[in-house]
Amino acid sequence: MSTLMSGARMLLECLSREGVDSIFGYPGGVTLPLYDVLYDHHIRHVLVRHEENAAFAAEGYARATGKVGVCCATSGPGATNLTTGLVDAMMDSIPIVAITGQVTSKLIGSDAFQEADTFGITRSCTKHNYLVKRLEDLPQIIHEAFYVAASGRPGPVLVDIPKDVFQAQGHYQHVTAIHLPGYKVFTEGHTGQIRRAVQLIRLAERPLVYAGGGIVAAGAATELREFVERTGFPAVNTLMGLGALPSTHPNFISMPGMHGSYAANMAMSAADLLIALGVRFDDRVTGRLAAFAPHAKVIHVDIDPAEIGKNRAPDVPIVGDVKRVLIRINQALAESKAKPVAQAESGCRAWWEQIRRWKQEHPLQPVSSDSEIKPQHLMAEIDRLSEGHAIVAADVGQHQMWAAQLIRFNEPRLWLNSGGLGAMGFGLPAAMGAQFARPDKLVFAVVGDGGFQMSIPELATITSFGLPIKIVVMNNGYLGMIRQWQELFYNNRLSAAELDCFPDAEKLAGAYGFKGRTIEKPSELAAALEAAVKEPGPYLLNVRVSPAECVYPMVPAGGAINEMVLGPPQPVAEAAQ
Amino acid sequence: MLQIISLLLENKPGALMRVTGLLSQRGYNIESLTVARTLDPELSRMTIAVEVDPGLRQQVIKQMNKLINVLQATDLTESPAVTRELVLVRVRTAQQTRAAVLKEAEIFGGRVVDSSTEGFAIEVTGDPEKLNEFIDVMRSYGEIEVTRSGAVAIGLENKKLRLQPPVPTRAGNELEENVQ
Repeated sequence: MSTLMSGARMLLECLSREGVDSIFGYPGGVTLPLYDVLYDHHIRHVLVRHEENAAFAAEGYARATGKVGVCCATSGPGATNLTTGLVDAMMDSIPIVAITGQVTSKLIGSDAFQEADTFGITRSCTKHNYLVKRLEDLPQIIHEAFYVAASGRPGPVLVDIPKDVFQAQGHYQHVTAIHLPGYKVFTEGHTGQIRRAVQLIRLAERPLVYAGGGIVAAGAATELREFVERTGFPAVNTLMGLGALPSTHPNFISMPGMHGSYAANMAMSAADLLIALGVRFDDRVTGRLAAFAPHAKVIHVDIDPAEIGKNRAPDVPIVGDVKRVLIRINQALAESKAKPVAQAESGCRAWWEQIRRWKQEHPLQPVSSDSEIKPQHLMAEIDRLSEGHAIVAADVGQHQMWAAQLIRFNEPRLWLNSGGLGAMGFGLPAAMGAQFARPDKLVFAVVGDGGFQMSIPELATITSFGLPIKIVVMNNGYLGMIRQWQELFYNNRLSAAELDCFPDAEKLAGAYGFKGRTIEKPSELAAALEAAVKEPGPYLLNVRVSPAECVYPMVPAGGAINEMVLGPPQPVAEAAQ
Repeated sequence: MLQIISLLLENKPGALMRVTGLLSQRGYNIESLTVARTLDPELSRMTIAVEVDPGLRQQVIKQMNKLINVLQATDLTESPAVTRELVLVRVRTAQQTRAAVLKEAEIFGGRVVDSSTEGFAIEVTGDPEKLNEFIDVMRSYGEIEVTRSGAVAIGLENKKLRLQPPVPTRAGNELEENVQ
């Protein structure tokens, strides 16, 4: 007979069994019974400074490892503060489990102090959510939550636990099986469709691999690489898929989409076959859907059947785990004697030559200047120090796009960003979660001066735990992406775009007990970054960059992706000449 | 165009909210929704009539199928199915038209469930389109009050219900290791 224990202890028992080593959280009235048990438990609790950052940190942990991240908040405001992180995890398919406290069962529905309808509010923010009504259901629900979060298309799961359930005494019942009769997890792709895919792959003359976050989620980087090398096909990685194929791989073109490279977008537009692997044909990638990849047949592999045909009807739909499907496609290609047409001398060469021409015509190159630090120059320097191996957690905006364009990632799970939701304030707490998960890794938080100011309270958490994160603020004194759009589409009427106050970085970091510095000369950049990396503890490097730079190439919203704006509009006099 | 969806779902807290929330979240307008227990008290059958662009019908079904509490989502719009709805109409009618009202009700297979000097309460079941006609006819006799049940539908083809088998847990495996 197992020992009698409280619901709070039972929760930690379940979390231990799921292999949880860290919880990112913030206590409150109704979670006090839980925090009392955490006091001397082996699971590490990381006290963040705002619940939203607990969710982002749990995401950072999950994004950097593939393991389920765990966050915890109290009822009412604690739970509502988690929601941005939950939606973020939902949009980017990140497995996290959120534990929230709820008011005592008999008070639910009475507008009690710090009561909110967490179950109702988070319905659309989660893959699934639970309200625990009886202690005896708790183990089953917690193990289900982890299973649902991590399996199939991963996502956030929330478990709302009333205070009296934390306090009740009961016996932990071992949960040996999860029974969710309505939860379908697709793994193996359809054999007939895989055969049809292989046929298209054989016949394509201008094939392109379009690989996304699904490759990262499925742990299919090795299989992707094998596929690309076996076929010789060129590949693009989406914003969520950066690192899926190493950025230094000869078959890698770059990122497609709104701020994708010229070569990637032109290749998308000219391809006769798109092999879409773990992607969702997001509007930021496709631009105007009707004009997207107009000549291409599409093979679409995704674990979520609802993504197939949602935005683009595929010629060959394959519902399944992209890793398993790629293994079978690679097998079929290995067993067959006939080589893909595109791999045969003539076809492949012409297509590759075309792609190389596009790359040469408009390369993504780090611009630099003698008088001011160009944002691109900053990213190139970070890239130089990272050598494709550091974890880079970005915030949202211009710096995110430049980082995605110019920093190379030679493995998955190095590039962490809020792709679907675009949640400012993500970068710093995500870097924290990643550093906890990967203490061995060099972690950069590459953030803008806007997003950083949403995260400043977390400098305290960084100090508390001595996290050696290198915070690099790309400071242009603006909400840069807002400024860019106002400049380009709103007659340069810069409304609420300027951030005219930014704290002194040295004093700010010093106030939290670590080193910081502001630089503005291009000549200082390399040495300052090197010093930050050498510093054993955290470092805040505030980099004043040229304020008026815009991110190019750019596909204006609603445009076709081959109609890119490649650079700033030329002065009229010059154009007339 | 109206899409008729039949859902078999677990009778769990929040299951109804998940279905209606999903529909509004994705911008689909619910025309009617009925839900009741099945022979198995742990399951409910829901019939939803929803205003959807025909090109999106499959997407709605796929999204429904992703809900963990939904065991089966079936599109009955174009497959063999019977759809019925019940309407209760209270019609105030003058003495001289009472007989005519009764005659009309009879034509529609209606049943008088209440009769008073002021008029009748009539119950009619049928195809939702048919009920629209009945309501129009009643309206021509005088002031009416109408309550409709929403459509209920049953598919006429056997559709295999595929349920997922239990999955062993990581926690459970550890337990077995401990026992050994």
